[in-house]
Amino acid sequence: MRYLTYLLPWQFSPTACAVFGLTLALYVRGWVVLRRTHIRVRPWRALVFGLGLALNYAVMQTYFDFLAQHMFWIHRLQHLILHHIGPTLLILSAPVPILRAGIPAPLWRLLNVPWVRAPLRRLWHSLQHPLIAPVLFVGLIYFWLIPSVHFTAMIDTRRYELMNWSMLVDGILFWWLMLAPREAQGESALGYGARYIVLTAVALPQIVLGAYITLTTRQLFSIYAVCGRAWAISPMLDQQIGGLLTWIPAAMMSAVGGIVVIYRALSEERRMLAPGVPQASGAAAEATA
Amino acid sequence: MRVRVLAGVLALALLGGCAQRQLGHHMTNVAGLVAPLKFHMSNQNGAAVSAADYRGDAVLLYFGYTHCPDACPITLAMLADAISQLGAEAGRVRVLFVTVDPRRDTLAVLKRYVRGFGPQFVGLRGTHAQLTRMIKRYRVSYHDEKPDASGAYEVDHSSAVFIFGPRGRARLLAQSGAAARVIAADLRHLLATG
Repeated sequence: MRYLTYLLPWQFSPTACAVFGLTLALYVRGWVVLRRTHIRVRPWRALVFGLGLALNYAVMQTYFDFLAQHMFWIHRLQHLILHHIGPTLLILSAPVPILRAGIPAPLWRLLNVPWVRAPLRRLWHSLQHPLIAPVLFVGLIYFWLIPSVHFTAMIDTRRYELMNWSMLVDGILFWWLMLAPREAQGESALGYGARYIVLTAVALPQIVLGAYITLTTRQLFSIYAVCGRAWAISPMLDQQIGGLLTWIPAAMMSAVGGIVVIYRALSEERRMLAPGVPQASGAAAEATA
Repeated sequence: MRVRVLAGVLALALLGGCAQRQLGHHMTNVAGLVAPLKFHMSNQNGAAVSAADYRGDAVLLYFGYTHCPDACPITLAMLADAISQLGAEAGRVRVLFVTVDPRRDTLAVLKRYVRGFGPQFVGLRGTHAQLTRMIKRYRVSYHDEKPDASGAYEVDHSSAVFIFGPRGRARLLAQSGAAARVIAADLRHLLATG
């Protein structure tokens, strides 16, 4: 019974409850709708999507959140999941056709009203710009790690939530641009070569920042001493593990992304070279991928 | 549109730059960041008290325990020193010492302990649920360390002193190492401006 309480939110967030609940509901509904139209979705996709969703939920709305508030390196692990691993899993599960099928018709019509659609599209295109997306991706990591900003984000519940949501939303935006098949990206599609450059470009500043946090002899983040750590650990060790998490696995995700990009490029080429097979249109290609 | 997004990013960065206003050493302005004073606990006399009982006073909130070998007595003595520098205004200040070790800190123990620091010091003891609500609200943590052979144990806890104005709004956060003189000046300012 005692262990069950570790699964409960440390601080209940109505936003998280609504976002995760609605996303799951949309996905399940989409799955059912597609089934009814005899489009089979492979189970591994639901599995990967569910895993991504569950990971993001777990680091935000379980006892893990308490540890992340009171231990720098767990906080870094939390952001590694929210900004890198969780979004990567969500995108690799190719969820768009399923989520799209899950949107109820009246809501879809509302989203397609011109004055709703136009600003959404403009916003989407600017966020998917091949310069803005990586700057935002790296910028957010640096921003929330400015010591004074970090202090206020950890002491103020609203800023803390803003910080975590900004990481998750930006993670999804960035990894979508990096990992989604080109034909699914529509107008803001980015070539595979450009993606490779962007992935390398975002790895470097993360390595620099992570190495600095790991190797500096200064204590950068006083908040954990002020508010108390989750368990006894030397502040420097806490900072060094946090630095390593910012440095190595975060940059490794660029390598993982690179492999996916190469795979995408090769399979696209193979499809184009395959004799007698017409080039698949975007949505259909993704639905069967 | 792109320009607007970039401008937004810049504005955020600037906002961050002035987010933490430093006021002298080890003092941080937390107005609007930390939740207003709110709690339900027992004071050292066993009376049920809440934040409303301390309206009109400047309140200094600190989490600790009476068996604490160093941090708590040093901090509380420093606060007593700061209060002694206030003269007539000293009567409008309360130090709320919340025990994070209610197992050993019975009301009697707590009463004896806080009396040693002065009449402004209040010992607060809550049920597990009350204490948990409070540490969540102020985003602090505590945990018991391993007991030694005789069963004695230390408790790791936050070092912050949260300072609230007479209307219960959070104003300042004093970190360990803050000088009594600085805190006294801040308290005088708080009491004058409300």
